[in-house]
Amino acid sequence: MKFLRNILDAQHHHFAKGGKLEKLYPIYEMVDTFIYTPSDVTKGSVHVRDGLDLKRLMVTVAMALVPCILMACFNTGYQANKALAAMGATSVEGWRGAVMAMLGLALDPTNLVSNFVHGFLYFFPVFLVTNLAGGFWEVIFSTVRGHEINEGFLVTGLLFPLTLPPSIPLWQVAIGISFGVVIGKEIFGGTGKNFLNPALTARAFLFFAYPAQISGDAVWTAVDGFTGATALGQAALGGVQAISVSWWDSFIGLIPGSMGETSALACLLGAALLIYTGIGSWRIMLSMTVSLIVFSKLLNIIGSTTNPMFAMGPEWHLVIGGFAFGTVFMATDPVSASMTQLGHWFYGALIGFMVVLVRVINPAFPEGTMLAILFGNVFAPLIDYFVVNANIKRRAKRAQA
Amino acid sequence: MSKIKEVLFKPLFDNNPIALQILGICSALAVTTKLESVVVMAMAVTLVTAFSNFFVSLLRNHIPSSIRIIVQMIVIASLVIVTDQLLKAFVYDVAKSMSVYVGLIITNCIVMGRAEGYAMKNGPVLSFLDGIGNGLGYSLVLIFVGIFRELIGSGKLFGISILPLTSEGGWYQANGMALLSPSAFFLIGFFIWGIRTWKKDQVEKGN
Repeated sequence: MKFLRNILDAQHHHFAKGGKLEKLYPIYEMVDTFIYTPSDVTKGSVHVRDGLDLKRLMVTVAMALVPCILMACFNTGYQANKALAAMGATSVEGWRGAVMAMLGLALDPTNLVSNFVHGFLYFFPVFLVTNLAGGFWEVIFSTVRGHEINEGFLVTGLLFPLTLPPSIPLWQVAIGISFGVVIGKEIFGGTGKNFLNPALTARAFLFFAYPAQISGDAVWTAVDGFTGATALGQAALGGVQAISVSWWDSFIGLIPGSMGETSALACLLGAALLIYTGIGSWRIMLSMTVSLIVFSKLLNIIGSTTNPMFAMGPEWHLVIGGFAFGTVFMATDPVSASMTQLGHWFYGALIGFMVVLVRVINPAFPEGTMLAILFGNVFAPLIDYFVVNANIKRRAKRAQA
Repeated sequence: MSKIKEVLFKPLFDNNPIALQILGICSALAVTTKLESVVVMAMAVTLVTAFSNFFVSLLRNHIPSSIRIIVQMIVIASLVIVTDQLLKAFVYDVAKSMSVYVGLIITNCIVMGRAEGYAMKNGPVLSFLDGIGNGLGYSLVLIFVGIFRELIGSGKLFGISILPLTSEGGWYQANGMALLSPSAFFLIGFFIWGIRTWKKDQVEKGN
């Protein structure tokens, strides 16, 4: 490894102040600090020291996402293989079929390896395009501004592919993430200044721009010509009775849906790591979940003769759609969530409430987690404002007494 | 002469009613899905602003200050009704597709803002030209937004197909976002970004 260090050091003078490539310093710095610990240390007065910096925070989130990613690969392949088996097909056209044949893997839903590899062949191109396109904008903006390029995008680049259906066209992935990174983050000043979650902004853009490829019945299974609604789509039409998958399958994640969000179990594993390390706010996760349970229970009690969604119990709301994924990874994004601890409770409760509201009462969209979280993001600064002001008032009162 | 030039061209980039004064955003969102209605709307607003400025300026020494807003509104409203009738007489289809937004020119802040802010203090000729200038500044942004929205949203310009749509056997897939009002916000944002990169003095100071 000494060899790598030497190469980097030998290039340093080009990028240092006054060097030929001074403008490209952020790129040099990115490569250097990605591989090695930064060499800069704080000089001067006493300061609070903590081993947690932005890099470690982001890498921890990436690690918490690993179960979801594995599950995304497995389930995407499983759903595709299952659909192919049901249609009686033994091979698929295109490069994925060629790779599968080369590896000697039959398209068999009972073969775990085949499921995983087949799903990976869907997940990986989306992941690659996301990171190339998003990374391109990240590097351009950072270089022009002289900012550091940091791991913030690493997480966005992992979250975004997980929220997409497997059959999404790659050019749409590139356009979506470009919009998310530029409009959702960079124009507000880059990492740490975005008031919206960039991955969700990107998804929302695609959702409204190209609804045919990200909603409806035909996109959730990666097989041409195969239509199958998501559990929420079925429920929106006929209530809980219409859901064709079992509760346990939904919990484990063996249902059609966006690639990474089907498995509540994988999200729970991620949540455990985030809460244990203190990186994800347990207050937000808890208040979102409680709010969802309370409000959906309330609608159960109110009941409706025309809208079957009213009868769907909270246990279903928790496991289908993107609620688990959104709660654990999206809503807890420390930049776009509310900052105050008391604010976390209101913020989470607002999102949980909105999720149920969109899912049950709005007839236009079967799923509301994405929109609910973006809505919560917009309200987060207002919530913080009230919390901070209440605190100031309380202390001013105490000082007077 | 330089004064005339100033009132005519300053509102284009230096003091654009939408990009700097942030007036008249509502109609910029509402009518910009098609370039055809953009052009009609831009002409209507330009003429209404010019003539309302002209008449308000003529009346300015006779209007009691306490009811000046009402008088200005009456002038503007009369002009908008005339415009509305003219549009219905000559370009009925476009007028119909723009529905209430022609009538809503009455509430367009640019018209009112220029009458109150400029015509009340200046002579009729300059006021008239100021109205034209601000109308042009408004038109500029509207056309910018309209070009992008119609091209990206339906692959057409003035209803003529430029990018053949997938739904009609072509290669371009229409972007539904461009047909929704929020896209105009993004585009106006880009326009303001561009102008402020070019003219740094328009950038507001941070708090």
